[in-house]
Amino acid sequence: MADINKQQIGRILAKQGILIAFAAFMIAFTLANPKFLTPDNILSVVRSSAILGVMALGVTFVVISGNLDLSVGSMMSFSTIVVLDLHDKLGPALAIPAMFAMTLCLGAVIGFLVGYLKLNSLIVTLGMLSAIHGLTLTYSGGKNMDIADKEGTWFGVFGQGTALGIPVPILLFLALAILLGLVLGKTPFGRKVYAVGGNGTAATFAGIRRARTVFTCYLISAGCVATAGVMQASRSLGSQNTVGQGLELEVLAAVILGGASLMGGAGTVFKTVIGVLILGFIQNGLLLMGLQFYVQFVVTWIIIILAVWLDIAAKRGRLWSPIA
Amino acid sequence: MQAGALSNALKTGAIWGFIVLELIFFSVAGQYLSLSDTAFMDIDNMLLLFKQSAPIGIIAMGMTIVMINGNIDLSVGATYAIAAIVLLESMTWPIFAGLGDWVIPVAWLLALGAGTLLGALNGLIVWKTGVDAFIVTLGAMLGYRGIVFMFNGEQPTSHLNWTLVDFAEAEVFGIATATWFLLAVTAVIWFIMTRTVHGRNAYAIGDNREAAVNAGIRVGPHMMINFMIIGFLAALSAVVFYSESGSVNPNDGQLYELWVITAVVLGGTKITGGAGSVISTFGGVLAIQLLRKGLGHIGADTETVNLVIGCILIAVLFLDRQLNIKGKEELKV
Repeated sequence: MADINKQQIGRILAKQGILIAFAAFMIAFTLANPKFLTPDNILSVVRSSAILGVMALGVTFVVISGNLDLSVGSMMSFSTIVVLDLHDKLGPALAIPAMFAMTLCLGAVIGFLVGYLKLNSLIVTLGMLSAIHGLTLTYSGGKNMDIADKEGTWFGVFGQGTALGIPVPILLFLALAILLGLVLGKTPFGRKVYAVGGNGTAATFAGIRRARTVFTCYLISAGCVATAGVMQASRSLGSQNTVGQGLELEVLAAVILGGASLMGGAGTVFKTVIGVLILGFIQNGLLLMGLQFYVQFVVTWIIIILAVWLDIAAKRGRLWSPIA
Repeated sequence: MQAGALSNALKTGAIWGFIVLELIFFSVAGQYLSLSDTAFMDIDNMLLLFKQSAPIGIIAMGMTIVMINGNIDLSVGATYAIAAIVLLESMTWPIFAGLGDWVIPVAWLLALGAGTLLGALNGLIVWKTGVDAFIVTLGAMLGYRGIVFMFNGEQPTSHLNWTLVDFAEAEVFGIATATWFLLAVTAVIWFIMTRTVHGRNAYAIGDNREAAVNAGIRVGPHMMINFMIIGFLAALSAVVFYSESGSVNPNDGQLYELWVITAVVLGGTKITGGAGSVISTFGGVLAIQLLRKGLGHIGADTETVNLVIGCILIAVLFLDRQLNIKGKEELKV
């Protein structure tokens, strides 16, 4: 009897562990500091997580399809720099679609290499991380990019504006999360993404065009990155060349926290949103407790490993690895 | 069989062929484009190149073992920074004040010990929890970097010991200290991988873990030892470099993991494990450094280096796969 109960508890933990951990964190931080659970604080946390969150939505597709994307950070730098540069040359209304087209081209290149040529996604996106960084520096000549007339443009609305009392970045993040959540959960394409990631060979035999599915996942990821670039550019109306550096790993951390398996085939958009929020609230909670900013990195480290470990442990039915 | 041997030779020799191509290209292009009078193939220039390859090269040797073993280590850059801080900070501790210059070996041991310990921690987690090395070391990369920043905020940690600087800048037989370290590490790791049981088992585990387990190889300890080796080498790389520079920024070593992995993959080591060679990694390290130096020599902007290296990495991956497919087809015939 006891054994069955233990297994049941394990299964529940495995399925909802991330939500339970999230709730536990929220309660602990609220007890530690009453300011934590005020609407103002919650809005500011979600707002500052929005850019990371939008990128994580796209990477969720890539990870579920069984691949990795380490290039989103430098791709975000690229789109931020390009949209800022084009803003002064073409005006905002043309700059945004032009930048989207360029970023989607980069996504298409990665999608072609990984999907159609079937190259290892880790190495390809590692190479693209470096290549796009070089591309950005070449494009900007290594200089910071700034909008000349910061007062007279409506471009700031994506990063700084509010609608219905809610900051626009949050609305964008939510809208994109709902849209992509529906695409992944309710459409035939979404089913294909899971199938390709879960068992690529079986998916091919079932008549799914594996290459095309992977290609589309990278396009979605690039589209999300371009959106994040608009938000970042609009928030500060100026940017360094390295604005997205290191974000690829934070994004991946959020996706993994959300329970997506790096082997592919598992994960949801909703859980990724939870992963993003956990990262954001931990960062905020630790700061409110008066701890140094950098403590969050150490806490994130511990949480990532614990989250994945418990997930695996619940699946194999024992805590420690059977490796001798 | 003949054709298979040819494709094998192509694969192992490819990196050296690439280096020769680079040398020819930059020498010829340098004649027309270079801003300086000295030739690219100048002996001093080449010796400097070896010295500059040392920090990345020493870590790359460790990464080769870990990747042959079927794992990966993304935390080397952060381990490098921690070891550098331990090295410079421990020399200023009051308990060592009476030691005089004997503080140097103590500081070295502490730094190397710290690196080995951090590597062991990664290895232990991979072994005992069964979590993928990619995730474990991705987390450790964040965590270790956090520790670096917690130590001294955004401030650099500095301490110059002139005896140490003299040692690091010394040249034996015209070859810099850092180069000697690189050569020695390459030789030792080559010996481990080709002449010891541990090396053979590392290949076996990377090639087919199930089979290795069934053959009675204890997979866990081997993986842990390899993580300790790469931690030790990351620390050694820091020790060699910061003995000379004497100041470490909390951001130092960032993106080192990318350079190191690029060098190892250029050298032909399989990302999935089971195949790879230490000597080819040495070639990969040289090829990258040549590229950085050569592009500077012909007056290209430094930013072009990233672009070129990224493209070359992908091209190598593509070529490697084409050669492998060919090999398999020939086997069938």
